[in-house]
Amino acid sequence: MKILVCVTSVPDTITKITLTDNNTKLNKAGVQFITGPYDDYALSRAVELKEQLGGTVTVLNVGESDADPVIRKCLAIGADDAIRVNAEPTDAYFVAEQIAAIAKENSYDLILMGRESIDYNGGQVHGIVGEMLGLPSISPVMKLAIDGSTAKITREIEGGHEELEAGLPLVLGCQEPIAEWKIPNMRGIMSARTKPLKVVEPTGKDTLTHIANYELPPARGACKMIPASEAETLIKLLRTEAKVI
Amino acid sequence: MSVLIFAELDEGALKKSSLEAIYYGSKVAALTGTSATAIVLGEGKADELAKAGRFGATKVLHASDAQLNEGNAMAYASVVAEAANQEGADVIVLAKSSLADSMAARLAGKLKAGLAANVIELPDVSSGFRVKRSIFTGKAFAFTELTAEKKILAIKKNTITPEETEATATVEAFKPALNDTDFAVKVTNVEKASGDILLPEADLVVSAGRGLKGPENWGIVEDLAKALHAATACSKPVSDLDWRPHHEHVGQTGIKISPNLYMACGISGAIQHLAGVNSSKVIVVINKDPEAPFFKSADYGIVGDVFEVLPRLTKAVQEL
Ligand SMILES: Cc1cc2nc3c(=O)[nH]c(=O)nc-3n(C[C@H](O)[C@H](O)[C@H](O)COP(=O)(O)OP(=O)(O)OC[C@H]3O[C@@H](n4cnc5c(N)ncnc54)[C@H](O)[C@@H]3O)c2cc1C
Ligand SMILES: Cc1cc2nc3c(=O)[nH]c(=O)nc-3n(C[C@H](O)[C@H](O)[C@H](O)COP(=O)(O)OP(=O)(O)OC[C@H]3O[C@@H](n4cnc5c(N)ncnc54)[C@H](O)[C@@H]3O)c2cc1C
Repeated sequence: MKILVCVTSVPDTITKITLTDNNTKLNKAGVQFITGPYDDYALSRAVELKEQLGGTVTVLNVGESDADPVIRKCLAIGADDAIRVNAEPTDAYFVAEQIAAIAKENSYDLILMGRESIDYNGGQVHGIVGEMLGLPSISPVMKLAIDGSTAKITREIEGGHEELEAGLPLVLGCQEPIAEWKIPNMRGIMSARTKPLKVVEPTGKDTLTHIANYELPPARGACKMIPASEAETLIKLLRTEAKVI
Repeated sequence: MSVLIFAELDEGALKKSSLEAIYYGSKVAALTGTSATAIVLGEGKADELAKAGRFGATKVLHASDAQLNEGNAMAYASVVAEAANQEGADVIVLAKSSLADSMAARLAGKLKAGLAANVIELPDVSSGFRVKRSIFTGKAFAFTELTAEKKILAIKKNTITPEETEATATVEAFKPALNDTDFAVKVTNVEKASGDILLPEADLVVSAGRGLKGPENWGIVEDLAKALHAATACSKPVSDLDWRPHHEHVGQTGIKISPNLYMACGISGAIQHLAGVNSSKVIVVINKDPEAPFFKSADYGIVGDVFEVLPRLTKAVQEL
């Protein structure tokens, strides 16, 4: 089993977003970068599958060198090697082209991604890569089991889930509860230092989108407190004042 | 040139979010001086197809092949791509959903289209084509230029308030070429709560967290939701503990919703929870701890015990 896991390096979920340069850039000062939580699920499942079935797990990031700590952490969690395509990932189509190019060179059985990045929330890279490689893509995947050359998958749908079966190779966008997030142990951290991280230059430069500037949401007004003894008043206010019921 | 809207059926009826997408698409068409065509896949009732006209589509393409009754993202993307080519559509609009999201991603690959997800306003077409979209799970917005010839806009719920008119649309049968490779993934089983209001579609949501103490106590949450005709949701620990099904989990790692009303009962308001619900129009928080962080992000708050407050709210709704 040869598995490719695509990971993003994104601001921690507790980050308060601020802007710089006349609102044309996100302020990275003081921001802690982490592996995308969905990518973490994908990686954890990949490592479990490797332990169960044998094979290799390669981590891939399209990004600049500031993503290296996140990549090293993925190696510490159990990936065998890593590739970084050295480019600022400014557009989903561009990112997908890079991933597809690496995948074509190496023919993986499984290409695992997160269901969406937690920065730009596009939820599209897996689908575009699937299309570029002529492979099925499925997202969001909650469960994944491998039986020979067949994958058994549970996918979340609105109000429930569906069970699917498909032959490998496949591109999947993962979410919980596909696996428990793994925390690197000391041995993993030590061995990660010597695992190969190959840096390659990008191919192509198709970008289809461009962010002109950013904006932060307006603060919510003050919270109107209603004493518990007059709880019924809330329902009246929702009807007459907020007009939502 | 035209605007093509992917309109989704649920149990034979057009989804509410799709009506919003049709209306939005018709406004984009007006802005760009073209017309709006809706495409509907799978068997649907005739009066449902006509509805697309009342929400702004001038034409409806209906691909009624029974093979398309099952929401298959890959086959859908092929059909929508074929329709887009036939219609010369440069802009494709859809409402975010679990099916539409997967379909849109494949479609972006097929058409080499720029895809903007979580669009929250009509585009600015004064110079180029610029959309405002929500990023960082609602913590910021990005004004994004779509520079490719083909553009896909995935709109978030409550982006626009649709108005229904008496207008009618012509309905045309659409017979796309279906290929086997799009049906390579086999669906072996579907489990879906029927009759319930779908959480991403719901205007009103009653949500509860660990403050409810255990799954056996959800009756008071469901009673209030029922009285309000609301959907139910929950925090991540609640679904992790299997108190509630995973598809009810909202937040950073769960479903992102933007209803008119979000009522959070016994939820502390962690930043990862807020990320999934912060674009709700009105937020109500009920928590026994006056220091709970959620009150800082709420419009209305009650400091109180959910076991006492919720039944009283239910009664008050019933007496409205
Ligand atoms: C300075 C800067 C400028 C940007 N400008 C733009 C812009 O103009 N327009 C725009 O759309 N976006 C822009 N982005 C966002 C960036 O392009 C995104 O990384 C890319 O669009 C993919 O994000 P997504 O949300 O669509 O990914 P999704 O489709 O949500 O990601 C799904 C999965 O794909 C994989 N994946 C995504 N990105 C990568 C990656 N870089 N490396 C490896 N795997 C990955 C992960 O497994 C992820 O979980 C900018 C980012 C930066 C840092
Ligand atoms: C990467 C990451 C992603 C995450 N993603 C999500 C996500 O998507 N969604 C999510 O929800 N969380 C997410 N979390 C978890 C999040 O940080 C919080 O732990 C979680 O939201 C807390 O859930 P809760 O509010 O139900 O429980 P708690 O934090 O335990 O809060 C329970 C609340 O109930 C109140 N309470 C107790 N008894 C009563 C009573 N009788 N009446 C009234 N109030 C009462 C308490 O005062 C307390 O405020 C994520 C965390 C991480 C690290």
